[in-house]
Amino acid sequence: MESTPTAGLEGRALACRRGGRTVFRALDLAAAPGDLLVLRGANGTGKSSLLRLLAGLLAPSDGRLAWDGEAVDEDPAAHRRRVAYVGHNDALKPTLTLAEHMRFHAALRAVPGDACAAALDAFGLGALAGVPARFLSQGQRRRAALARLVAAPAALWLLDEPTNGLDAASVEALARAVARHRASGGIVVAATHLEFAGASARTLTLGAA
Amino acid sequence: MNWHRYASPANFKRLSDRLLPWAAGGAALFLAAGVWSGLVVSPADYQQGETVRIMYVHVPAAWMSMFVYANMAVAAAAALVWRHPLAEVAGRAIAPVGAAFTFLCLVTGSLWGKPMWGTWWVWDARLTSVLILFFVYLAYMALNAAFDEPERGARASAVLALVGAINLPVIKFSVDWWNTLHQPASVTRLDAPAIDPSMLAPLLAMAIGFTLFFVAVAFVRIRAELVERRLEALRHARVAGEAAAERT
Amino acid sequence: MSAALALVARDVRLALRTPAETLTILAFFVIAATLFAFGIGPEPQALARVATGIVWVVALLACLISLDRLFQAEADDGSLDQLVLAPAPLELLVLAKCLAQWLTTALPLVVVSPLVATMLQLSPHGYATLLASLLLGTPSLTLFGAVGAALAVGARKGGALLALIVLPLYVPVLIFAVAAVEASIAGLSPRPHLFLLAGLAVFALTLAPFAASAALRQASE
Repeated sequence: MESTPTAGLEGRALACRRGGRTVFRALDLAAAPGDLLVLRGANGTGKSSLLRLLAGLLAPSDGRLAWDGEAVDEDPAAHRRRVAYVGHNDALKPTLTLAEHMRFHAALRAVPGDACAAALDAFGLGALAGVPARFLSQGQRRRAALARLVAAPAALWLLDEPTNGLDAASVEALARAVARHRASGGIVVAATHLEFAGASARTLTLGAA
Repeated sequence: MNWHRYASPANFKRLSDRLLPWAAGGAALFLAAGVWSGLVVSPADYQQGETVRIMYVHVPAAWMSMFVYANMAVAAAAALVWRHPLAEVAGRAIAPVGAAFTFLCLVTGSLWGKPMWGTWWVWDARLTSVLILFFVYLAYMALNAAFDEPERGARASAVLALVGAINLPVIKFSVDWWNTLHQPASVTRLDAPAIDPSMLAPLLAMAIGFTLFFVAVAFVRIRAELVERRLEALRHARVAGEAAAERT
Repeated sequence: MSAALALVARDVRLALRTPAETLTILAFFVIAATLFAFGIGPEPQALARVATGIVWVVALLACLISLDRLFQAEADDGSLDQLVLAPAPLELLVLAKCLAQWLTTALPLVVVSPLVATMLQLSPHGYATLLASLLLGTPSLTLFGAVGAALAVGARKGGALLALIVLPLYVPVLIFAVAAVEASIAGLSPRPHLFLLAGLAVFALTLAPFAASAALRQASE
């Protein structure tokens, strides 16, 4: 089974237990460089749990998660370096400006801060760079959270309902960012109800069994 | 080395089925012997009089307060390292027992103190350390019960149990230090230095009785916790099943 | 390392943008100490005898209440996930947060403490040691407090629970700090007590980041 190490992300027989119940089990998934894997399934089927598990926030109760054939838990620090995670919350501090958020995020991810301005521009926030987050609308806050993806490049994007609160134009911007990321060999795993434009996405439906 | 296979809930139930009668029976036997020899056979102390008999409860209770905490710390380490469900359950199950022993130690210390010191409470170094141990037990239990997900409570309180285990010697040292700074040295201490054999017998009998009692109660409580967890899991499964039925 | 410094800078900046939070803690410090004067009575001798203890207990409580949001705020807005997922070791980031917390709450308490000590008639021989004991003791309070704050993330009843967890751990700090000041007032050398305080700080520095990180990883599962 493990004779040919697959490039990219691979999960085998993953299981997740939370609060005494099994959220999912025997879940296989694979995403090669350039792939977009869309997670689908009803509420409570474990899309968010799977994303947290892929990020390394949550340890699988069974199964194996590997990157380029190497088990992820062998070197958690390396996995943290390659993961960019956008969860339900936007992780914004009300009194910090968007530019400060981007710079802090780049420093936290230990990457140079050159891409910060471009990241805000990519999501149409360039004019708001000096504005504290508390003045922003729901959609603007969501875009700021997504702009982090561009501000600090990482190989594996894990997006939990990234389009929540976004208008059509912003979904476009996200689709462009995702397409660029994939074109440069990145992987995207997203739990979302919307299709990304032009995406040759593969779909993983949870809770089907 | 897959030892925790042997500590599975089913195996634990089999083990406790076999050992529980022995532990409970032994506890009854030793406690009866300890009470009889402590109250009837052993002599009164030439200095402390009849009140010395409180020691036969107080001293074993003090030992148990530390012994149970040591058990909790071991269970906590096992819960954190191996994520073993039995270890998580064990900590939660035995903490109230340890807190009860600690409380018993404080109450008997206070009862002993009234005739000896003329007051219900004295900031004796040992008694104060036990009081803080009691607070740590309370914190452990409060943290264990503070989360909607019982697993999170179990794991958080396991970290606290270990932090406490590392800190308790430091706290004990600081309390001793504080006590020597502030206390006149001539107070009758709440400890028995040279023990006469006639007093050692009831003390040991009570100590063994307390230990076996703890083992028996721990078995019963751990089994009750396991049943409760099972019940919780079944309830979750039922909710999940109903949700699935609604979708189809 | 730069990630940790960036985190310190961010938290200090956050505290400077909402100074009301630090000021509230300082106000608590002064008001709670004033209450002791009402409870004990205005006689200078009576107050002087308990001044060291009151200043330290109230400073300790002020530290405690300031810890309530240390990690809970990060968890609430999703920042905690980003911290746990940062490439730098979480232990280092916890230390960074503790340093920022100390700079923005404990240090102002140290600065205000002579004022409170004056109100409580602390002996003039005690001031220098009081400041030294606060400087050496408050890092331990922040570090042990961080463990409690991390353990209480997501709990149903944060504040009281945090006190229950942390206060027993604060006992040694309180004992050695007050002993140091009392020794100075009595004309003895406070050094042994201050060394013990410093030792406690080193102990807290080695233990707390690991315990707090373990708790934070659990909280972000």
